This record gives sequence, structure tokens and C-alpha cells, in this order.
Amino acid sequence: MSASQTNRITGKGLIDRRKPLRFTFDGKSYDGFQGDTLASALLANGVVLTGRSFKYHRARGILSAGSEEPNAIVELRAGARREPNTRATMIELFPGLEAHSQNRWPSLKYDVLSINSLLSPVFVAGFYYKTFMWPSAMWEKLYEPMIRRAAGLGRASDEADPDTYDKSNAFCDVLVVGGGAAGLMAALTAGRAGARVIVCDEHFDLGGRLLSETQLVDGKPAHDWVRAAVAELRAMPEVQILTRTSVFGAYDTGTFAAVERVADHLPKPGVHQPRQRLWRIIAKQCVLAAGATERPIVFGNNDLPGVMLASAVRTYINRFGVMPGKTAVIFANNDEAATTARDLATVGVRVAAIVDSRPQPSAAVRDAAKTTGARLVSGVVADAKGRIAVKGARIVPAAGEAFDVSCDLIAVSGGYNPNVQLTTHQNGRPQWNETLAAFLPGSSPKGMTVVGSAKGTFSLPDCLAEGAQAGAAAATAAGFSAHVPQVPKAEAESYGVVPMWRVKEAKHKAFVDFQNDVAASDIDLAEREGYRSVEHVKRYTTLGMATDQGKTANVNGLAILAALTGKSIPETGITSARPPYSPVSIGALAGHHRGKEFKATRLPPSYYWAKEQGAVMVEAGLWMRPQYFPRAGETDWLETVTREVKTTRSAAGICDVSTLGKIEIQGADAGTFLDRVYINMFSTLGVGKARYGMMLREDGIVLDDGTTARFAQDRFFMTTTTVNAVKVMQHLEFCHQWHWPELDVQMASATDQWAQYSVAGPRSRELLAKLVDAPFDISNEGFPYMAVAEITVCNGIRARIYRLSFSGELAYEIGVPARYGDSLIRALMAAGQEFGALCYGTEALGVMRIEKGHVGGPEINGTTTAADLGLGKMASTKKDFIGRVLAGREGLKDPSRPALVGFRPVDRSARLRSGSHLLPKDAGNFASNDQGYLTSVAYSPMNGHWVGLGLLSNAASRMGEIVRAYDPVRNGDTLVEVVSPVFFDPEGERLRV
Amino acid sequence: MRISCPYCGERSLDEYLYIGDATVTRPDPAGANAQADFYKYAYERTNPAGAHKELWYHSAGCHAWLVVERDTRTHEISSVETAKDVALKRNVAKGGA
Repeated sequence: MSASQTNRITGKGLIDRRKPLRFTFDGKSYDGFQGDTLASALLANGVVLTGRSFKYHRARGILSAGSEEPNAIVELRAGARREPNTRATMIELFPGLEAHSQNRWPSLKYDVLSINSLLSPVFVAGFYYKTFMWPSAMWEKLYEPMIRRAAGLGRASDEADPDTYDKSNAFCDVLVVGGGAAGLMAALTAGRAGARVIVCDEHFDLGGRLLSETQLVDGKPAHDWVRAAVAELRAMPEVQILTRTSVFGAYDTGTFAAVERVADHLPKPGVHQPRQRLWRIIAKQCVLAAGATERPIVFGNNDLPGVMLASAVRTYINRFGVMPGKTAVIFANNDEAATTARDLATVGVRVAAIVDSRPQPSAAVRDAAKTTGARLVSGVVADAKGRIAVKGARIVPAAGEAFDVSCDLIAVSGGYNPNVQLTTHQNGRPQWNETLAAFLPGSSPKGMTVVGSAKGTFSLPDCLAEGAQAGAAAATAAGFSAHVPQVPKAEAESYGVVPMWRVKEAKHKAFVDFQNDVAASDIDLAEREGYRSVEHVKRYTTLGMATDQGKTANVNGLAILAALTGKSIPETGITSARPPYSPVSIGALAGHHRGKEFKATRLPPSYYWAKEQGAVMVEAGLWMRPQYFPRAGETDWLETVTREVKTTRSAAGICDVSTLGKIEIQGADAGTFLDRVYINMFSTLGVGKARYGMMLREDGIVLDDGTTARFAQDRFFMTTTTVNAVKVMQHLEFCHQWHWPELDVQMASATDQWAQYSVAGPRSRELLAKLVDAPFDISNEGFPYMAVAEITVCNGIRARIYRLSFSGELAYEIGVPARYGDSLIRALMAAGQEFGALCYGTEALGVMRIEKGHVGGPEINGTTTAADLGLGKMASTKKDFIGRVLAGREGLKDPSRPALVGFRPVDRSARLRSGSHLLPKDAGNFASNDQGYLTSVAYSPMNGHWVGLGLLSNAASRMGEIVRAYDPVRNGDTLVEVVSPVFFDPEGERLRV
Repeated sequence: MRISCPYCGERSLDEYLYIGDATVTRPDPAGANAQADFYKYAYERTNPAGAHKELWYHSAGCHAWLVVERDTRTHEISSVETAKDVALKRNVAKGGA
């Protein structure tokens, strides 16, 4: 044993003494053992001061030995793995562990801001609201930075998290939450019946309190029975044990969320090992055996290091072999005092006094006082004494004068709160039990049975029996034949709790919520100021709102409030516990969905070819599309895009348009179906032809546009915009399945099945003629504008060819099965070389569509009607279609609605900015003068200046008017002329040649 | 929440998309009060606490639209039918196709 571990007890505990571990706390080196927590190792080394409190910077130590810890909150690790607000009681010791205390400057022992404690009358409940209301500018500049510095919450790392987080789904017959006595019995019983069982426990070993107590099970030390039970479970093929796993949420349909700290106990995760894993567990049945949490008692200075929960005292002694003090005072309102006194005395801690707040100390306590030689006092500990650690206790007996006792440990037990949280996540309300002075589970979610101390069963033989029964019942309910086994023998303990919430004799500040620094006096104040509902008091004082969710604070707080308001505890009620039961890192919730993997990436068929060409890529929804193809010597994107446009309009340009949504629509009623979803007619479309179509939402607003081709009487092929592909598919299926199921029509998405390229420009026909197989006639007469055909290319590859144009040039789209996409782009580029063809990206595509006045995403933006976009005349009057009726509403036909027009700057050298607001020429820049905005702008290479599309009020009557394009965000203020939205080839001559 | 798709079996909520009320049906566009009827159909919704029929779409599965009866207070699902079957029955009831 290391000489430094002065409080380590020889021969005691479940730690592995053959494996010493060195760690540092606040830069100082210490030793501990494998099997220690940071808290137990610090205590072994005599470190009792572990941090400063959130608001008053009061000295704080270790209160508990579990996930309820409100005090011993530390910053763990360094660099990119630095993690604030970790609980020392839950951190397993690993070699080289580095931890720092929080909220102190310059050092833990001499914290300058502990002056806040002297100012504490100022820092009372609601002080933020009261003190810093005015003037508001002072908030940002002074108060908030000051409070943030003072009220520390540890420092998160500034670097990216280097670790990975996993997600996993699991299905089981029986989920057992908690691997203590009751949980183990439930798991054994269900497992023996053959059920698929998952046992989760938040600690690194199963056993729960059995690891911390000296009780015998079947005549053996309890931890020996645990070892045998765990071995049996491990041998069962259908049983999965998840240690270090907190079940933090219970949802409907037997769904549970859990986080497994896979590698938090290692210096760093192994290769390919996740740091944590988020589990979604689907369980037919659940046995909740989550145990109970001991309550502190609210007395003066009850937050001093050295005040510790009695159950934690026994854990440190029995499980970790650590003496948490040399001289102890025990303060309790139940028989835990007796067990604690015996365990302390056994390892040589002097029990100076047992202070029992009950009217009559029980026989068990009287007996323990006698055997340990402790002074038995019927009364209370009014105050702990000491500045940064307990030096004594001021005891007020029920009869007689107050007196002081020297001690360095005050073991406190205010009784137990069953851990009912998971029963309340679906609106279950806990029920107050007067005898146990605790909230017990009320209704629990379907399929959940609560057992053991989580249910208020505090005696070991009963816990074992309940677990066995629940395990058998759960397995039976899941369809297995199970029987209740004989449970191991154990001795029953007495409890005999009599409520003692708050010691009225306290002279010093008495804390209710340690982590949020809420004292009993804050609840007094809240009540005086009229906050009498438990929900209001919680929010006003922040009681129970820290990361510990008030596990040690809530019931004490509401009991104090009940006393103040003269109501009973059940009348006062309890605030709702919501997921998560204990803190969950954002990394675990995100899992692999972060950075580039936040969402899926789709690659168009020409992606790798485009990368070889040095294309600059852009995200379009999930797609990565080439944005432009810069060449050596080009200095900016505009130069590149201008070249791409000019070359396409003078020779030929090729663009990957595979990202457009593609839907096969077939069936005898396909034409009728399309008539009902498009505003224009499709049933009349000839075979071998395509038509531009527009569809509305039922409210009359444009949903999407695109072209649909007819390859046979009963076979159509629809294209949608890239971004709306999924939405349109969903819409069509909705219309068919819900509105018109009688129509004979089938549809399937074919977006990923076809690689499709647009080949545009005056030389496009010559280019394609080199690739299409005979006897297809690609001449203007043989294959006119808006014709479509199923052909073969490149000696027998199946293809579809469409004479469509988005660019306004003679143009085609050609589709081949996606697996030929890469070959086809290479073949097209090779064929195009003699014509000077190039490949263009989404920028040039956008410029050419703006030059032609075609609408795109910025115009089909969820607020515009077909009429707004100048396409109202497309709507057929001979049929009904989705959106027709509501598009006819008066408000949607109002001519003052902004409608699509074109704009060009009066000063032709001026640049336009999309998003600029349109104001009358001489009007002030007020929102009330706003008449619309520029939706899409581009530098038009064919016009030699910037052009824009926009939505303008009363647009039809304003051609030639000069308006103001006002862009306060980028300091733009440009006069623009209202013109036709078609800036190039207004007669459309080029696309029909 | 988990929904039992008639085609795919019980699947997790993340495979489904919700669109809303299944108790409203598209009015007769040729009706005398078509505009008022459509307005109600598009915008007016009750917000029941309790059993409610809703349209869900098995987007990450078979693409079937479903009529799911769900208790809005507990997420308990009492029935799941394909929207197509419900709509066909509705048509028969109306004396339609």
C-alpha cells in the first residue's frame, strides 16, 4: 500500500491492491487502486475538499458514493478530452487520471470569490431578477460576464472531441434496470426461464448496495453471492449484462434509452472503440430495480466537507476500504444510524455520538451506541463547525443544553427516496407514503414492475423475494414458463424512519440543493414573496435544476415548503422528473451523426470524373454537385462561370442533372392521375412527348415544377426539382392512396436508377449524333422540340433522350442506367472535344435559367402561386386539380400580390444582390414601403451586366418603372428598372432550331 | 413510439412521417360551397386529448400511408390500417367507385 493513502483500511474492500494507479488532482500526484472511484481514492488520500460551490464558492467535499452526487463535481482529463462537471463518485480511477476542482481561483483552499459567501444576503433566491434588471445594457457588458465568471460550471474543451460515439438498438423480453439484490434476482429468474434479458447498472460492477454492506446472503458475504449470481447470468446465452450503463429515459411502447460509458474508465478509448454508446432498448417487460437515494438532513453548514451520507460512509468503508474520517458523529432519523455506527467502529473510527432525531431512539440504535461506545443523544445536530472541513458538531438535545462535539465526519441519514424517476417519464405520479416518509411509484408505464427499494421495500429478504417474483412474472408475460425460485436467506433490517427535514435550531446557512446552492432560507424567502406552488419555487430558487436534477434536494425542499405553507406533502406535490435520469453527453446523443457525417451524402454519377477535372463542389440538399470547373489562370468563380455560359451558348455544354427527382408512373389511369396533381393537362400529352408541369399544394401555393414525358399510353416519367424529389414522391403517394385509391396507377422513384445529362448549345445535336445508335433520327424534323424517345447509345446501351431545354439553347437530356453514368460523361466529353464542348456546374446552370427567366427554388419558395410566377394561364379550367379551389381565393388573386418580373440596374455596372428589398424610387427605407424583393440575381454574360428576377407588387403595370433595390445587410442601395424576366432570346428561337 | 405497419411489422417511429388528421377528407371540388369546404379541410383541426385517427407515412419502409389511431395523451396505438383500405371503404360508403 502506498504510504500516501493514509485513510486506506488494511484488508478491507473490493479494490484490487495488486494494481496501484497513480493520478493527479489539482496538479498533485496521488495513488489509488484499480476498483477505486476518484472519490474513494481522494478520500483514501485524506483529500476532503474537492470543489467550491456554484454561487457562494463555499468549500465542498464528497457527499455521496453514487450518481446523485451534487458536490464533488470536477473537471476531468485535459486537452480535447477535457470534460467539466463530472461526478467524482462516478469516475473510475485509471492510470494517469487528471482531475481539477472547479469554481476556485487562485486555488481551492484560498478561493477569492468565497467572499460571495459573505455577500450571501445579496445572492438570495431570484437575485438575478432583482439585482440586474436595469439598465439592460449593463447586463451584456458587466453583470452577465461577471456572473458567468463567478458562478462557474467548469470549462468545456475548446477542441473538437477526438472520440467516437456509437448507437445501438437492442430488443429483449425483460429489461432489468439496476443490478442490486432485487434486480439480480429478477434477472436470474427471468434468465433461467430462457427469456432474453438485459441487465443495466450505472456502476461498473453489479451488486448495488450488496457491495457496500456487511450483510450475509445464504450465510456468505453478500458480494460472494453477487459474484456467483453474475457468473450464472454471464453463462446464460440470452442474458446481456450492461454495466456502466444508465437507463435514463422510459418511453412508450416499451422503449428505453440508456447510455453505456464504454471507455470512460480508460485513459482513452482503444482503437475503434467508442467512448460511449447510446442504446435504444425495446423491452416487452421491464423490472425497475433502481434502488433508493439517501436524503441529507437540512442543518447549519450541512454542506461542509466531512458531512457525508451514512450510506456513502458505509460504501467507502466496506467497498473501497477507505476510512472517511477519524472521529464521527452520526445524525439520523432512522435505524441506518445503527449499521453505520457498527461499520465505523469495526474499522477503528471513533463514534463520538449518535444523534437520533426521533422522539425515541430505537432499540437497534440504543444497542449500537452501547456496542460502539458512542454517546447517544436524542436530539439534532444543529450546525456543523469548521471553515473548509468539519471540525465538530453543535448538538442540541431534545432536553438540555446545546453542546459541541469534536469530529471530522458527520454521517447523516434523513431516510431514503426510492428512485421512481423512470416510472414518471410518462406522466406517472408518485404517491406519498406516510409510514416510509417517501414518494413511492404511483402508476408505472405499461409492462413495468417496480421492485426493491425503488418501490420502498428496504429490507433485503423482501427485496430478494420481490425480485424473484417480478422476474418470473415478467418472463411469463413475455411468453415463457417461469417459476419463482427459493430465494437466498438474508436477515431483515429495521428502518423506522420518522421525518426530520429541517433543523430549526440551525444558526448557519442550511443547504437543500447543494449543487445549485439553494439554502432553506431561499425557500423561506420565496414563500414570503408569494411563490407557494412547488413548480414556482423550483424555478424561482432553481431548486433541483442542476445536473443532479435534485436527487438529494427535491423531497427535502418540498417538505420544507409544505411546512411553511401549512400544507401536507402530498398536497404540496412533487415536480415532474423528466429524462434524462442522469446527465448524458451531447456526443452520445449525436453518435456518428456529426461533422461531414451529420447527414448522408449523395454523389451524382459524374462525381468522380468531375473531381478529376478539379471541379469545385457544392452541397445541394444531400447531393454534392459540381458548382463550376475552374481552369488554370482563372482568378475567380465569376470568370469561370462566364466562360462556361458563353461556351455553352456558342458551342456546347454538358451538365449532370441526375439529381432531379425521377418518378415512373404507370397504369391505365396514369394520365387521369397526372391531370389531378398537375395544374395543366397531361392525359392529352402524346406518346413520345414531354410537357412542363406545375403542381400545387392543396392551399393553392406552388409545390414543385418539372417535365413529365409519356413513353406509352400508360407509362409516364416525371422529373421533379432536386430539393423536392422526396416531397413530391410522398405527395403523389398520398394523393393516390388517400384521395383516389380507385385509380389504376403505380409509381416508383427512379432517381437513383438513371444517370442523366443535359447537353445544351448550338452544337449539341452534332455532338449527340456521334453517340446515338442507328436508326434513331436526331434531326430537328425527326426529333423536334419536346420530343422524347427510348433509344440506345454507344452501341447498345439502353437510353432515354428528351429534347428539353432549361438553358434556352438547343438542348437535350440523355439518361442511361446509373451504372453507365461515369462512362457516359467521359464519352460525351470525348465526343464534344471537336466542338469545343465543356462541362458546366450549378452556377452556370443558374445563370442561364435566370437569363431565360425560368423560376427555380428561390421563386418556388412556399409562398408563391402559379399566377405570382406568371404561370397562371397554365392552369386548366377543364378539370379539378390539387390546389385549384383554394388558389381561387380572393386574396391569392389580388393584383397587389408580389409577382415575378425582371430587373436590371440603371447603372449597368452595378451589382445586384438577391434578397434586396424593392422600394418605390423616392420612398424611405421603411418596412411599410416594402413592395417585394429580388429572388435570384446573376451576372449575365450575354447582356454584359447584372440581371435579376424578383417578386414585385402590382408588377404587371410597372414595366419600365425605376425602383430601389435596398439591401441594408450589405449596404446595397441600387436603382433598378422593372423589365421582362426573359433577358435572352425572348422569342425562344434558339431552342427550336 | 412504435407503429405496426400492416406490411412491415412493428417498426420504430423514425421510419415514419406524420402528416396529421385522418378524420378530414378532401371535399367535393364541384360542391356548392367548395371554397369554404376546402378552407375547413386545409386549415381547421380539432386537437383532441385522447383517441385520434392520424395519417402516417412509412417513408423509410414500404411507402404506405397509414391510418393510425393513437391516444394523444399516452401514444398508445389502438389500430393501424392502410390509408388505401380506409379510403376504398370510404368510397364504398359514399356509393362511389
